[in-house]
Amino acid sequence: MVVPLSFKHAVRGQVGGAMIEARGLTKRYGRTVAVESLSFTVQPGRVTGFLGPNGAGKSTTMRLILGLDRPSSGDVLIDGKHYRDLHSPLRYIGALLDAKWVHPNRSARAHLKWLARSNGLPKRRVDEVLELVGLTNVAKRKAGGFSLGMSQRLGIAAALLGDPQILLFDEPVNGLDPEGIHWIRQLMKRLAAEGRTVFVSSHLLSEMAQTADELVVIGRGKLIAQSTTGEFVERASGTSVRVRTPQLERLRTALAGTAGTTVRVDEGALLVNGMTSDQVGEVAATQGVVLHELSPQRGSLEEAFMRLTGDAIEYHAEEAGEHLHMQGTSGGAKE
Amino acid sequence: MTLLAVERIKLFSTRSPWWCMLAALAVTCGFTALITGTSGDDYPVSVQTTQFASNFGLMVILVMAALAVTTEYRFGTIRATFQAVPNRTAVLLAKTGVVALLAGVVGEVVAFASWGIGKVMRPSADLALNSAADWRHVAGVGLVFAVGAVLAVAVGTLVRHTAGAVTLLLVWALLVETLLSALPTVGEKIQPWLPFNAASNFMLMGGTPPPGASVVSQPYGPWGALAYFTGVAAAGLVITIVVANRRDA
Repeated sequence: MVVPLSFKHAVRGQVGGAMIEARGLTKRYGRTVAVESLSFTVQPGRVTGFLGPNGAGKSTTMRLILGLDRPSSGDVLIDGKHYRDLHSPLRYIGALLDAKWVHPNRSARAHLKWLARSNGLPKRRVDEVLELVGLTNVAKRKAGGFSLGMSQRLGIAAALLGDPQILLFDEPVNGLDPEGIHWIRQLMKRLAAEGRTVFVSSHLLSEMAQTADELVVIGRGKLIAQSTTGEFVERASGTSVRVRTPQLERLRTALAGTAGTTVRVDEGALLVNGMTSDQVGEVAATQGVVLHELSPQRGSLEEAFMRLTGDAIEYHAEEAGEHLHMQGTSGGAKE
Repeated sequence: MTLLAVERIKLFSTRSPWWCMLAALAVTCGFTALITGTSGDDYPVSVQTTQFASNFGLMVILVMAALAVTTEYRFGTIRATFQAVPNRTAVLLAKTGVVALLAGVVGEVVAFASWGIGKVMRPSADLALNSAADWRHVAGVGLVFAVGAVLAVAVGTLVRHTAGAVTLLLVWALLVETLLSALPTVGEKIQPWLPFNAASNFMLMGGTPPPGASVVSQPYGPWGALAYFTGVAAAGLVITIVVANRRDA
């Protein structure tokens, strides 16, 4: 059964305007800087991925957008207004930040009922969104007994309640089964196709590569890039060359001496970045080094993402030592 | 009005307020029955004695009121609330209003039920509500419950944790005030200015003091006592609203 996502498009007819604009957004918790001078815009009509490693400040930014946390400096505008100045905000912007923000003894319907009432939305809208996310049959059950997937669907129902032009989802596929993940990806694409602004965070580039048209990438609270997903992936993944040689050390020294090149040892082979396989072969020839393998590699997205956000990762697991080197802490189970 | 409806839906769609209301009624009426049942000629039942147990009910109501807001922090629904209604002052005022109103109604039910128990168990005792003071002894319970609920919501919002808020409220009301009143020389002077003492002064002042109770002269009349208790609760609420508006949710 197809349920309309929207119930008052004709009334508002606000197409193409709704966007999120962060301007020099900064948030400090005590001495920890969670987000630093972050500026970006999120446009309607497409899915914008908000990408960054755990602890990069994604959830904090989302809380700042929703006016839950107060920025230390800078601000965020929704449709040109501050969140706190929105009247009936659920009609403008729907969000799923944490699927567990539900009283466990309250039924799914009661949860949506008070939300609807608070923004002057009709009661039938509650049943519509329950139908939409497929929770009609369990609407009277206590939300505390829901599986993660069901909680996530309830959170999405709450986000869609006011038929908003802007939607925020914080790590919506976390902990979902493949079917749930597929459902959420389709939903986000559908919402964007209807001309809405969809802003979705993830720490997985591979996930974003499948859904997002545009990416806002942050690391350690700072903006690393804002570009289309295609561009970012292109730039991020780059190429590397795998070389195997019995004179490993000699070749490594020679290659490492070239500007713009990084070399690392991986399972008895060298991985060279910043050079084509032709160039590597030429260097080997001038050094008189015997090659057993010379193959261009297309780096994995995750590897590339890690390289880009490199020192922007909050928690470094040091390869040599076994201890974890922690830099700063930031709250929230998500982070 | 919308926000009052929202808070009403939230409050009554969970179980704890129902349990607290039942507990307040059961505890108070149970103790009243005990007091009335064990009273004799040397300890006659009066309108006031039927209300002695209301303090137990008040403690349960304090817990209920604090829970109404601390559970919102515990389960994160306060964030969902502030997201739906960014005007935090309005949210907190509405919540306080709904909880206080409910506490007031429970207080009246508890008070008249206790009085009724007295009448049924001791038909011969003089329990008629003849004077304004008699009415205050009984109907005043609802007012004290309502104001107490305001204070508990304020403390709950400030502390944000159920255990902390409940401990603070109960230890203060049951222990600290008693100990401070018992301090030599100064105890008697500060006693009237301890909020929960003022509340019980409001309910019990005037009328015939129970045997054995020392009559302490108070710096205020009964309504002054209530005004003071209300002032403390209102101040607490104002502080809470200011803090909640500044704080990250």
